[in-house]
Amino acid sequence: MNILKEQFDRISQLQLDVLREVANIGAGNAATALAAMINSEIKISLPQAKIMPFTDVPDFMGGAETHAVGIYFHVKGPVQASVLLVMPIEKAVQLLKMILGTGDISLTGSFSDLEYSALMELGNILSSSYLNALALFTELVFKPSPPALAIDMVGAILNTILGQYGEVSDMVLVMEAGFRKDNLDVVGNIFLLPEPATLDNIFTSLGVMV
Amino acid sequence: MGEIIQVGMADYKLARPPDKLITAGLGSCIGICLLDPVSRIACMSHIMLPCSQDDKKSGNPGKYADTAIVAAIAAMKLMGANTGHLVAKIAGGAQMFHFSGSNDFFKIGERNALAVENNLEKNKINLLSKDIGGHVGRTIIFDPATGNLSIRTIKEGEKVI
Repeated sequence: MNILKEQFDRISQLQLDVLREVANIGAGNAATALAAMINSEIKISLPQAKIMPFTDVPDFMGGAETHAVGIYFHVKGPVQASVLLVMPIEKAVQLLKMILGTGDISLTGSFSDLEYSALMELGNILSSSYLNALALFTELVFKPSPPALAIDMVGAILNTILGQYGEVSDMVLVMEAGFRKDNLDVVGNIFLLPEPATLDNIFTSLGVMV
Repeated sequence: MGEIIQVGMADYKLARPPDKLITAGLGSCIGICLLDPVSRIACMSHIMLPCSQDDKKSGNPGKYADTAIVAAIAAMKLMGANTGHLVAKIAGGAQMFHFSGSNDFFKIGERNALAVENNLEKNKINLLSKDIGGHVGRTIIFDPATGNLSIRTIKEGEKVI
């Protein structure tokens, strides 16, 4: 079909298992940072590493119409990737209350400047602790952009991000990990989508080259 | 009651009354609804990118404004539509992210909208109405029976164009 499709077909179960382990370490690190920030225990759900058609990604992230906060980072360097933190709107509001100690925050997405900053800072801390663990593990440098924030339908948030993948392939590799508070309550999910062309760099440094 | 046919990202689907077409969560993407007012055959596409020339390989036509419109016309013709006098309604093309500094990557919605309008004109399709740009995600439902395009948003409620 095409080169990149074949490239994805060549990725073995072993390689996906290694990525899952990397996602696990990154998420563990991020969960520790989040727990310290809100002074509450945070657990991570079993991380995943999957190759899927990009059209399936909105459903994987909770459904195209789900109202959520998305905080996006574009990673540059030897590994180019997208990092997206997705939090259902109610959970984001809960987190904001815990961080800022303020009272009522509306659910309509009309956040104050302070609340916007707090969300972006939250995203910064989570994504950099996640990427730090990946950098230590892979001995690669990850250079994330400043955060970009969107509060809307998950599908709409994803359009712009998936667009850049759409230019090179119909498939994407998605690494995912979920954060849970008090064991049950899902707080949010972190997604890492490496750009297909830089996958080889990741696998080489992890010692699982094809 | 007809069916409601789902159109995924980078996809296009055909319908005729009493069925309707829906696509959920349009951000920078654009939903293009084409209708033959006589046969009431309709096609909805959900395009992601402006131009197939940016493609690094031969992709699916539904992904790009230029190829999606051509593919939709061909598919409608095959279903029996008279494609000589098609009309269109479009929605989407938003900029979803608040981002410090200008970044062309985030202006993809604008470029999509421009490409869709240019390609409609190129294919001599009359654009009846549009709901383009802004910073909102849209879910759209097109009814071939009435030609109404309903637009649902979280922040700005619902409207019909």
